[in-house]
Amino acid sequence: MTAATGTVGTTGTTGATRVAILGGGPAGLAAAQAALAAGAAVTLLDEGGRLGGQYWRHHEGLTDRRLQHGWARFERLRGVLDRAEVHTGASVWSAEASDGVVRLRAVVGAADAAGRVALDIEADAVVVATGAHDLALPVPGWTLPGVTTAGAAQALAKRDGVTVGRRTVVSGAGPFLLPVAQSLSVAGSEVVGVHEASRLGGLAAGWLPRPWQLVGKAGELVEYVGALARHRIPYRIGSGVVRVLGTDRVEGVVIAALDADWRPIPGTEREVACDSVALGHGFTPRLEVAIALGAVIEGDRRGRFVVVDESQRTSVDGVFAAGEVTGIGGADAALAEGAVAGFMAAGGALDDGRMRGPLAVRRRMRAFAARLERAHGIQPGWTSWLSDDTVVCRCENVTRRTIAVRADAPLRAMKLATRAGLGACQGRTCGRAVEAIVADAGGAPEGFDRRPVLAPVRLGEVAAVATGGPEQ
Amino acid sequence: MIRITVGDEAIEGRDGQTIAGVLIGAGRTAWRTAQTGDRGVFCGIGVCHDCLVTVNDVEGVRACQREAVDGDRVEREVRA
Amino acid sequence: MRVAVIGSGIVGAACALALVEGGAEVVVIDRVGVAGETSSRCEGNLLVSDKAPGAEADLAVASNAMWRVLAARLDAERPSCQPLTEFEAKGGIVVAFDGGEPALERFAEAQRATGIRAEAMDVAALTEAEPFLSREVVHAVHYPDDAQIQPSTATQALLDTAVRAGARLVIGEVTGALGRAGRPGRLSGVMTTAGPIEADVVVNCAGPWAGEVAARLGARLDIRPRRGVILVTTPMPQRVFHKVYDSDYVGAVGSGDAALQTSTVVESTPGGTVLIGSSRERVGFDDRPGVAPAAAIAAKAVRLFPFLEETLLLRSYFGFRPYAPDHLPVIGADPEIVGLVHATGHEGAGIGLAPATAELVVHAVLGAPTALDPTPFLPGRASLQETA
Ligand SMILES: Cc1cc2nc3c(=O)[nH]c(=O)nc-3n(C[C@H](O)[C@H](O)[C@H](O)COP(=O)(O)OP(=O)(O)OC[C@H]3O[C@@H](n4cnc5c(N)ncnc54)[C@H](O)[C@@H]3O)c2cc1C
Ligand SMILES: Cc1cc2nc3c(=O)[nH]c(=O)nc-3n(C[C@H](O)[C@H](O)[C@H](O)COP(=O)(O)OP(=O)(O)OC[C@H]3O[C@@H](n4cnc5c(N)ncnc54)[C@H](O)[C@@H]3O)c2cc1C
Repeated sequence: MTAATGTVGTTGTTGATRVAILGGGPAGLAAAQAALAAGAAVTLLDEGGRLGGQYWRHHEGLTDRRLQHGWARFERLRGVLDRAEVHTGASVWSAEASDGVVRLRAVVGAADAAGRVALDIEADAVVVATGAHDLALPVPGWTLPGVTTAGAAQALAKRDGVTVGRRTVVSGAGPFLLPVAQSLSVAGSEVVGVHEASRLGGLAAGWLPRPWQLVGKAGELVEYVGALARHRIPYRIGSGVVRVLGTDRVEGVVIAALDADWRPIPGTEREVACDSVALGHGFTPRLEVAIALGAVIEGDRRGRFVVVDESQRTSVDGVFAAGEVTGIGGADAALAEGAVAGFMAAGGALDDGRMRGPLAVRRRMRAFAARLERAHGIQPGWTSWLSDDTVVCRCENVTRRTIAVRADAPLRAMKLATRAGLGACQGRTCGRAVEAIVADAGGAPEGFDRRPVLAPVRLGEVAAVATGGPEQ
Repeated sequence: MIRITVGDEAIEGRDGQTIAGVLIGAGRTAWRTAQTGDRGVFCGIGVCHDCLVTVNDVEGVRACQREAVDGDRVEREVRA
Repeated sequence: MRVAVIGSGIVGAACALALVEGGAEVVVIDRVGVAGETSSRCEGNLLVSDKAPGAEADLAVASNAMWRVLAARLDAERPSCQPLTEFEAKGGIVVAFDGGEPALERFAEAQRATGIRAEAMDVAALTEAEPFLSREVVHAVHYPDDAQIQPSTATQALLDTAVRAGARLVIGEVTGALGRAGRPGRLSGVMTTAGPIEADVVVNCAGPWAGEVAARLGARLDIRPRRGVILVTTPMPQRVFHKVYDSDYVGAVGSGDAALQTSTVVESTPGGTVLIGSSRERVGFDDRPGVAPAAAIAAKAVRLFPFLEETLLLRSYFGFRPYAPDHLPVIGADPEIVGLVHATGHEGAGIGLAPATAELVVHAVLGAPTALDPTPFLPGRASLQETA
């Protein structure tokens, strides 16, 4: 094994505040820039092989330029990082905060390789900018090959230049479905239709009055709508995929009209042939790092986020949070919050002139996020498109019925009795759905977000903490 | 161009693609045997662990996260 | 006879079932629900191998035999909504590295004298039994009676069965005693956040919180938490076939030291994961173990089974073992408060000891005969009074 340990993050100007930034998406990058501007010694870590997070996911030789937005901003943010210590391919698997010192442990190397290099970061403050992942609600047949999340379709198209199928149905909720449809088209799949579960009433109350805020910039929205028109992609509101058809892989879907509660309206079902399906009903924040650091999380099963104050400070000294972990607001919100978090983590002041811009954007984007949730938020009727034997937990193949039967047990006991959420993804994929099913059956779910192992790590890499590991 | 083996078969991909990207580019949508059938990519960003493969004898590698390297030996994982 | 059982961990659930089948009218009160705490945050080892000759070893041997009958019955009589106990009589293998064999052999010899089956294994037998074990292991003892259960589902199965037999489950927190007018020192039930519950006898099965519950009922009982961390790997083809543990386990169980101690038990589960336990620390109810215990356990596990080095860690969890200062379970009538019975302090053996504990509780509450000797475990014993 080649594991080695080195304490870093202590470099930089002597006496400078050591700020560690976890996540290299829009929030983390903006945090790094602001922390550097405030004079901090910055260490940035991201699990991905490249910086950019979800929004700027890319590969130099593979990404189609048409799918990159705000690229100049990314290049500016990346440009200042030569003054920071940057680790990509760094999976942070443990995070602790005590007595004003933050400690992050990462393994660095090719994804999931054995014997990666151990990296031990000690800092005075940390910005948690771990982002979010798709929330795809279960649908009968969703375990068939060819069904992916909308984010997967986006990531594969952008990063690898591929699409899973040739005829794709996009279904879910929220403005994110638009760039996904565009990416699929550009990368080589016909998009048979985009199905938005929300109805016009919800949309009217939400972003329709201010559509230019949709993705932050009017240009981006206009471009997506243009792309839909150019590729002749139908966009249907108040409808969704309620069943995926096929035996060994996707052969089609059943689309139904959905009422305001997202309950399928009987008699409206129709079959559509396709070979792939992209599902995205929203996003789930990646909370485990913030929780491990002790930060207070608030919300219910419709959404739980890290609680932050005006300075993006969490309930724990020296721990800041920014971006999708604090609320789903899109890349512009993440950038603004990141700038505030980085600046404040470095010891800056909120009334500093440099904070005026980010604070204004943050205010505007938070209002937008609230409207987004009002317009597209998951409605409780969705569980009625499940059948008793629909697999809900994909890792352990646990059905709706199995979960509902033990819904009155405490969450921990329910999981151990049914195995729901106990598999490889640790409930990241099914957690919110399981909570909804438990709630339907009268139980009181307490949440799936606590995951002490923050990223995949091998036992030898964990053991190296105790044994010291061989020298680098 | 890179070349990797998947089981007994050699497939080609573009430089820099992930293992999932190479597999999908070669027309595959599923490569892991789960209890209820085959699985491939689901979340695409390393969260769901559906796309796991064995790479160069190391188990549990997320195909969507791992950049393919010329000569990689990829094997199917089977969950009993 | 109306009996209120506080706590529906494995001890409360086992007691509730035995009491209701003994003819009592039983109410189980838990603030979280069934198996919401320690009994879902532990391992399910039903061990005789780790017990030095003495009262607890005798209880463990008796309880081990009871589990075989009880688990088979719970599984056989279960309706489809009740989970399986996953009982498995897989046997344990205790191994020693170079230099450790005399101590292990001495320990096994003492156990044999009390009737525990402990069979020395030669290298050939060991390689056949555990082909993936480290070649550094020089000596091993096989304990065929060690078994395994899924503690959370076993607890749920016990309580489901008790409820079918007529017990009632109340979700609520016990906040105080219901007194008996004009008769101090005598309980007539408990106050809970779900209202008062009258009872002729109250059984305190509140696990690591049993001391706190006793205080709320006006009694003195010194039960403390001892944190333990467990690691779970991702599922894999089976490579560990018994419970395999390092003989340094034997030293840690009885120790009262506060500092971090670890001893490694490695076993596979029906789900395909490998479970690795565990650590022992006296840090109160501190719920942030950090990486130190996990790293120490991982290091020992990798030494036992080198293939684990490259195995992915799926999750870790921790629980609080309820222990008494003299490291013996506390089972029987409170020495001062009439109508109060305790059943707690099982430390790292509560799963294994639950059926025998239930038999002693039925003896204490309903006066049913028992072949077990209750005296070493009585709450009024001298070794508890001194330290309380
Ligand atoms: C798959 C996907 C694709 C998306 N594509 C778009 C898009 O094209 N357009 C759009 O407008 N919005 C997109 N979004 C929405 C997106 O979440 C936001 O717009 C934006 O990226 C949020 O920025 P962020 O900085 O908060 O988080 P992210 O961009 O998600 O960045 C978080 C970073 O933290 C890293 N990280 C998390 N945990 C760890 C750990 N333990 N160790 C190390 N690193 C860690 C991740 O690797 C990630 O790079 C997408 C979302 C998803 C899930
Ligand atoms: C890491 C670890 C590994 C272990 N491994 C093993 C093993 O392999 N084999 C073995 O035999 N044992 C093992 N143990 C020990 C075993 O887990 C415990 O001895 C056993 O679970 C204790 O059960 P219990 O019912 O007494 O407590 P619990 O399961 O904690 O139940 C007590 C219940 O009381 C309730 N309660 C508390 N206060 C109140 C109140 N005021 N009002 C209402 N309800 C209340 C709680 O909600 C809880 O549900 C292990 C323990 C740990 C921590």
